Amino acid sequence: MNYKELLMNFELMDDWEDKYQYLIDLGKQLPVMPEELKIDANIVKGCMSRVWLDIQSNQDALSIRADSDAHIVRGLIAILLILFNNKTKSEILNINIDEVFLEIGLNEHLSPNRRNGFLAMIDRIKNY
Amino acid sequence: MMANEKITIDNGFDVERIRADFPILSKKIRGKDLVWLDSASSAQKPLSVIEDMDKVYREFYANVHRGVYKFSQETTILVESSRATVAKFLNSNSDKEIIFTRNATEAINLVASSWGNKFLKSGDEVIISSLEHHANIVPWHFLRENLGIEIKVIPLLENGDLDMDAYKSMLSDKVKMVACTQMSNAIGTIVDVKEIISLAKEHGAKTLIDGSQAVVHLDVDVSDLDCDFYVFTGHKLYGPSGVGVLYGKFDILNSMPPYQGGGEMIETVAFDKITYKEAPYRFEAGTPAIVEIIGLKSAIEYMNGFCKKDIREHEDYLLNLAITEMAKIDGVNIIANPSNRAGLVSFTIDNIHPHDIATIFDQMGIAVRAGQHCAEPLLNLLGVKATVRASFGIYNNKQDVDALITAIHKTIKIFG
Repeated sequence: MNYKELLMNFELMDDWEDKYQYLIDLGKQLPVMPEELKIDANIVKGCMSRVWLDIQSNQDALSIRADSDAHIVRGLIAILLILFNNKTKSEILNINIDEVFLEIGLNEHLSPNRRNGFLAMIDRIKNY
Repeated sequence: MMANEKITIDNGFDVERIRADFPILSKKIRGKDLVWLDSASSAQKPLSVIEDMDKVYREFYANVHRGVYKFSQETTILVESSRATVAKFLNSNSDKEIIFTRNATEAINLVASSWGNKFLKSGDEVIISSLEHHANIVPWHFLRENLGIEIKVIPLLENGDLDMDAYKSMLSDKVKMVACTQMSNAIGTIVDVKEIISLAKEHGAKTLIDGSQAVVHLDVDVSDLDCDFYVFTGHKLYGPSGVGVLYGKFDILNSMPPYQGGGEMIETVAFDKITYKEAPYRFEAGTPAIVEIIGLKSAIEYMNGFCKKDIREHEDYLLNLAITEMAKIDGVNIIANPSNRAGLVSFTIDNIHPHDIATIFDQMGIAVRAGQHCAEPLLNLLGVKATVRASFGIYNNKQDVDALITAIHKTIKIFG
């Protein structure tokens, strides 16, 4: 799925319940990260939930794997991977993540009070 | 519903009238009625607090203890009258035993830093409990790092009570301080601090009680408790953020060096010699949170309009109703079952992360706290990574509990 398709899917949702149901489903489809990658060095710690992040440089592109113990965060990760995965660093830096999340109506998940590791994960990718 | 009406009639506690005192409660969240179940984190404010603070800024704001002009007199009188209100609220012997801080955290840091650095040495022991908020762990940890003191922890019983037998066996003449919460912010356990204090005294240890949660739900009497220090914060007590209280016995306070240096806390200053004021001013360097201190007075006056027993009865009714209804739902786990609990309940739902639960609740206009509640060691002991905490205050009603139960059902359905 590319971003356009994702955005179209979100635009079909009438209310928050459908939207969250879809976000949770996206999370459920996210491949589970192998246990051997869920090491301390890969933890992006949040107060409420945890995120594991593994980045490999594949020629110019970044190959990103991530996981969380929270379903909704997994959904957010799935969206982020649609945007970021296998892109070059400069392509990633060119994506305005705030605009994207505003467009799909999930911008509040980028607010600093969430402390769910998701924001820190974005930072870590951008600074890789 | 019937039971609620009965209680309302029985003790004259009219929650709908109380709700009308809190302007924020009529706010809509995402088009839905706000259900505020996070008072243990920070409580909402009654109109009287908001208006009294507003009035200071509009009509007579000035710095305190400095100007000779009228406004400074007025603010100073109100700040000092707030001190008297707090002293009376805690049943302290004297206004001089009340120090205004930024919050409870700063109050504990003040004691640990000032009293701890003066009176503790390597090998001395400080006892804390398994129920502590990080604010009553980390300041003592600083002393462990800097002075080499030891921290001993009162263990937890399986139901979430403290193990008092273990506590008794931990006491010795090496123990110089027992610092304990009166009510757990994470699981609601009420601690018999009177017993804790009296046992500590037998061994000559000083005592500090963290009353941040307890002052909201219980009658607190520091003279009866006979503790050396008692701390609480304003914003959980329906008062403003930015103001907290340290109560300390006057002689002990006066034996302690200042915590911070600056204006207001000094008697005389020469470049080669400085003498300090007595308590409480010794510990109030710099311009205090003038308007917040005045707001705290209003909040306590608001609370003084009720009988704590009636508040507790009302909150217990809601809490027990919530727990009873939650226990009926498959997959919901109530965390801990303390023999005496007030104001709040922590829970988890099988296979749904607390963060997910709180996110869905938020969509429904329900504010709860999810996470470790700044009590990571306690959650580790309880064997949970995180919980959802619903906490009840003076203004919560049965509809709030109904909304909570409905939200739990809906959350289970969405993630199912």
